[in-house]
Amino acid sequence: MNADADTDLTARLTGLVDALRVHGLRVGTGETVDAARAVEVLGLADRELLREGLAATLLHGTAQRPVFDAVFDLYFPRVAGGPEGGRPADRDGLRERLAAALAADDTALMARLAAEAVDGFGGYGSSPGSDGWSSYQTLDRLRPQTLLARVRDEARGRDGAAGFGDRLLEDEIRRRIEEFRRMVAAEARRRVAQRRGRDEVARRAVAPTADRVDFLFAGKDRLAELRRTVRPLARKLATRLAARRRRAARGSIDLRRTVRGSLSTGGVPMRPVLRRRRPARPELVLLCDVSGSVSGFSDFTMLLVQALHDQFSKVRVFAFVNRVDEVTGLLVHGAADPEGLGARIRGEAALTGWHGSSDYGAALGEFTERYADAVGSRTTVFVLGDARTNMADPNLPAVRALSRRARRIHWLNPEQRSRWGTGDSAALAYAELVDMRECRNVRQLDALVGRLLPV
Amino acid sequence: MFTSVDDVSARLAETGYLASPAVATTVFLADRLGKPLLVEGPSGVGKTELAKAVARVAGARLVRLQCYEGVDESRALYEWNHAKQLLRISAGRGETWDEARTDIFGEEFLLPRPLLTAIRGDDAKVLLIDETDKADVEVEGLLLEVLSDFQVTVPELGTVTATRRPFVVLTSNATRELSEALRRRCLFLHIGFPDAELERRIVRLRVPGVDTALAESVVRVVGALRAMDLRKAPSVAETVDWARTLLALGAGTLDETVVRDTLGVILKHQDDIQKAAAKLDLDAL
Ligand SMILES: Nc1ncnc2c1ncn2[C@@H]1O[C@H](COP(=O)(O)OP(=O)(O)OP(=O)(O)O)[C@@H](O)[C@H]1O
Ligand SMILES: [Mg+2]
Repeated sequence: MNADADTDLTARLTGLVDALRVHGLRVGTGETVDAARAVEVLGLADRELLREGLAATLLHGTAQRPVFDAVFDLYFPRVAGGPEGGRPADRDGLRERLAAALAADDTALMARLAAEAVDGFGGYGSSPGSDGWSSYQTLDRLRPQTLLARVRDEARGRDGAAGFGDRLLEDEIRRRIEEFRRMVAAEARRRVAQRRGRDEVARRAVAPTADRVDFLFAGKDRLAELRRTVRPLARKLATRLAARRRRAARGSIDLRRTVRGSLSTGGVPMRPVLRRRRPARPELVLLCDVSGSVSGFSDFTMLLVQALHDQFSKVRVFAFVNRVDEVTGLLVHGAADPEGLGARIRGEAALTGWHGSSDYGAALGEFTERYADAVGSRTTVFVLGDARTNMADPNLPAVRALSRRARRIHWLNPEQRSRWGTGDSAALAYAELVDMRECRNVRQLDALVGRLLPV
Repeated sequence: MFTSVDDVSARLAETGYLASPAVATTVFLADRLGKPLLVEGPSGVGKTELAKAVARVAGARLVRLQCYEGVDESRALYEWNHAKQLLRISAGRGETWDEARTDIFGEEFLLPRPLLTAIRGDDAKVLLIDETDKADVEVEGLLLEVLSDFQVTVPELGTVTATRRPFVVLTSNATRELSEALRRRCLFLHIGFPDAELERRIVRLRVPGVDTALAESVVRVVGALRAMDLRKAPSVAETVDWARTLLALGAGTLDETVVRDTLGVILKHQDDIQKAAAKLDLDAL
């Protein structure tokens, strides 16, 4: 390796590490040194090995991988990914070849075609330098999703339609098309980066890890992605709660220390320590704003708490918009079908009166009246919502009454703290009465729930 | 230990483990950089098996620390044989207390546990710290100590330093987040579900009687199940079990009846079975 290539490589590696840090990954010097050694040991010839090697040295967890892959593609681009700026694009020909690649499930070929497609259809503008590459435009022109029927028929023609596998075929092809769309997006991003300077794009254009996406701004896909993390997250939290519970009831015999201790007295006396009895498990009440603006947050949190229900002697969940209804039952049955949960709650529960926007005052008042029995001295209450009252009276006395009866009240607000109290937000007024916390994303929720849940 | 990434793949394959490029690369690096390997991933994707395969390839002894809730220093590192010590004390040979003390804290009364075993002696070893996430957080401090210096201090005996460092593999199902400090010590490898081509090869290797067509169908159905968002997605272990079951039943191809009757081999929860049956258009169970 000559000196120039060497400096270039070092620059790339530090650029990559910086970009990862910008995205919230903690990469220390130790890891960076390991990464450099990995490059040395693996060489640059095989890009995929290099990718795996850098991931192994720089990452500490699975959640970081999507960010890493996107950043890696920017700093170590595939060399000559198709005939850049070459001949005029032939849409039908490309679709033809894509269909064949999809039918054969040939991912390498799909990746090459993605590069070609962005090259042919993704460029916009006319003066070189000011222009960009768009995956949206590429996919809009190419319309890979419309190849489904064709690819299916082609595969059937080859394998026959009789076997059991035939019923799987369409979904398989859909997943391959999805994969192709991802490849196009990555390729477009790479080209934009080449034009604009990698570092700038790496900072802005890579989607954050799912656990840092704001609940309030997460799109449908992101929310679905989050929902898939509910169960693993619940498992982690359950272990953490169990550990806290154990710590609270510690005191078993440490034989090693007992023997060591007995030696100083030259004898065998042992002092057994009795385990404290475990108190009854706590009760939990969830009071959730499920109006459109915060429903992503509430749905997620309800599912999470439902998945944790065996940690408590009782969990009751109430949903509100401007009226309150108990939805504990819906949640139990909804656990198998989380996508439909929110819709069903809003469909089956009586949550809105004569208008459809949330009214915290009315809902809280109704809760303290109708469900007084739900909250007692062993109950911890979690209120979920943005405290945006749509200008209605926040009904602070109701909250005061509630906080007198409950063991604890925590309010998780998905809005950024700096927005509390602005416009129609009654967050600051409520925050004076109960413990209100900012909870914008899964990462914060995880930390809060792990700390605040009673054991 | 290895000359190249390809060498890793080839030699693991000889002992019955088919490594993805990611697995082979990371094993190669762990060997070259001399760092412990932290392997995370769902159940049944071959994490434990990987450590065993590396041991077979290296002709090394596998020393395994199985973690569980409540595992502690005396299970992981070393323990004094208390029963024997107490016997020795009460047998009282008429010597002074100091003499007795020196005696009962000698080699004879020491019970080495996996971590100590792995750093003593000159023979090649693979240390497998299995299901690290099941252990309590306090144990991580201990692992951290051992994995940083590869030495262990037994107050009564002195410090034992590894003359030959073992190849270390830690596995985790991520039921609990391992500490940042421990992660920093390790190379990180996530093993997910293999791609279809690799999984077909694993099936054919592990279940020798299965023909190509059946292996392919099995892997396709499992792939479809994994896309369904079930409570527990089937893993490689289930794919292999299923292929084995089909072979035992003499089923040469998949059809609706066979799939319906054997779905319980792949899926463990009743509601998963029902959901899958509906999505696969199987008649009501
Ligand atoms: N790459 C592979 N090559 C060969 N066999 C494999 C491979 N991956 C998985 N297997 C098979 O899967 C079985 C289960 O693997 P293993 O017990 O190592 O899983 P695991 O990841 O340790 O799971 P757990 O988290 O439940 O302990 C193995 O016995 C082996 O038959
Ligand atoms: Mg295992």
